[in-house]
Amino acid sequence: MTEFLRKNKLAAAGLFIVAALTMAALFAPWLAPYDPADQKLMDRLQGPSWKHPFGNDELGRDILSRILWGARVSMRVGATVVLLSGLAGVLIGGFAGYVGGKLDTLVTVVVINSLLAFPGVLFAIALVAFLGQGLDRLIFALTTIGWVGYARLARGQVLKVKTLEFVESARALGASSMRIFAGHILPNIVQPVLVQASVGMAIAILSEASLSFLGLGIAPPTPSWGAMLNDARNHLFDAPHMVVFPSVTLALTVLSFNFLGDALRDWLDPRRESSGTMSNF
Amino acid sequence: MLAFLVRRLLLTLPILWIVVSLVFGLIHMVPGDPVAQMLGEGASVAEVEGLRHDLGLDRPVLEQYRTYITGLLRGDLGISFRNQETVASAIMARYPATVKLAAASMIFCITVSVPFGVISAMRRGLALDRAIGFVSLFGVSLPNFALGPLLVLFFSIALGLLPVSGEDGFSHLILPAITLGGGSAAIMTRMVRGSMLEEIRQDYVRTARAKGLTERAVLFGHALRNGLLPVVTLLGLNAGGLLAGAIITETIFSWPGLGRLTIQAIFARDYPLAQGCILTIALTYILVNLATDVLYSVVDPRIRYD
Repeated sequence: MTEFLRKNKLAAAGLFIVAALTMAALFAPWLAPYDPADQKLMDRLQGPSWKHPFGNDELGRDILSRILWGARVSMRVGATVVLLSGLAGVLIGGFAGYVGGKLDTLVTVVVINSLLAFPGVLFAIALVAFLGQGLDRLIFALTTIGWVGYARLARGQVLKVKTLEFVESARALGASSMRIFAGHILPNIVQPVLVQASVGMAIAILSEASLSFLGLGIAPPTPSWGAMLNDARNHLFDAPHMVVFPSVTLALTVLSFNFLGDALRDWLDPRRESSGTMSNF
Repeated sequence: MLAFLVRRLLLTLPILWIVVSLVFGLIHMVPGDPVAQMLGEGASVAEVEGLRHDLGLDRPVLEQYRTYITGLLRGDLGISFRNQETVASAIMARYPATVKLAAASMIFCITVSVPFGVISAMRRGLALDRAIGFVSLFGVSLPNFALGPLLVLFFSIALGLLPVSGEDGFSHLILPAITLGGGSAAIMTRMVRGSMLEEIRQDYVRTARAKGLTERAVLFGHALRNGLLPVVTLLGLNAGGLLAGAIITETIFSWPGLGRLTIQAIFARDYPLAQGCILTIALTYILVNLATDVLYSVVDPRIRYD
């Protein structure tokens, strides 16, 4: 692994930033220099200074502290959505592919195709808009659109794996269908799912930020990068730093998860020539 | 081809029905009371009940669903709660602005990605290739709600070149179009580069060079025409995605299009209008994807659907 990271600088950078973000999310209460909700109206819209390295927002809150706490929200939403949608997608798609027949047709043709037939973000907006704001509803909405990608991937992988010889031999040895599915097939489709999960983190974090930007995600005063960018829109003229720092943080986060996804793909399958979306850069 | 078109069009019907039912179901699960919200806190119970009756919201949900579906089949999307105009006319008034924005962002996307992708492939590994790679890398990662304000900061506030918001002429279109198409342009630049690198290794390119054609003729007359095939696929997929992206871009730039109308309708709890907007976006997305499929066979005669 160390050798792989030494050769792949982008993978190392991605891993480093993801590790830093995870630390920020876990230790935000200790790392943040100020309370993210603490309003100091005397300091409102102040630019970066030694006291507040990323400046203050329109209510005088410390932007660095809000970004660190925002990482907590982003990573929590990202990890939960990826875990839930990955689990649901792999089980539903994988099982449909394994069983085949009418169940497979129902799952792929009717459910997956219908959900893929219109933009996921639009569906998430509709869900959150009509269900109301809140972390749990946001996670529910993003999981509802997120599982489809995993289901499609898992189904395709299962269709490929279930014809392989080791599955045949397990069946010949008398293993039950459930045992073959859970014990032999699922462990063999984990690799592409892991790659998808890394890219899925980036997508979930971006979707959370998009919804919060529209005022449909995390309710204030909980810090969220998307909501911070929404607040910043009204102060483009007098406090440009309010836009710059959350934007850069968000871009770096998305970038590092994409790097990590590409690196995982190359690391888990060394025979494959690197051709990920980011690896050409 | 005709059989394929008819089959694909017929397949969109059940999908549309599912979308309609999902959106209708969602709207009726809403916790708040739209009528009470419309009338404000001072409204009496009788006023709330009266308006609810007028809007048909006191009827059983299934009956409302039946009325809605039969209305849809006649092209009637209902009446907006707030200003009593028909949903269809509200959408039609805003739709052209969104199409204009989406078209402008597509044009931006193509005019940026094709030349830069080709240059990047021709200068592979050199400083220019790396510079284009670096910029497109950030373009891919920067969401439009971060890119938009950053563009405003630079072009409108720092340089004073372009207007911040509104829809009065060409200059107002530039920043929203770049914001909406920026991400796609970055992805497509990479795609064109990769595709061109693949093509220039092919035998027919060697033959073209061997028979003495200029490098320009080899590139633009031969390699690019084939290299653009996968790009058409991506362009079609992105065209549908632009509609969803328009919701955010129109909000940033106060662009009077369908995306902004959707968000306004959602916040106003104007059910029929929100429903109509979401359905229109979904329908456009489905039709654009269908058009992309048809376009493949036009640009690549090897693809046949029947």
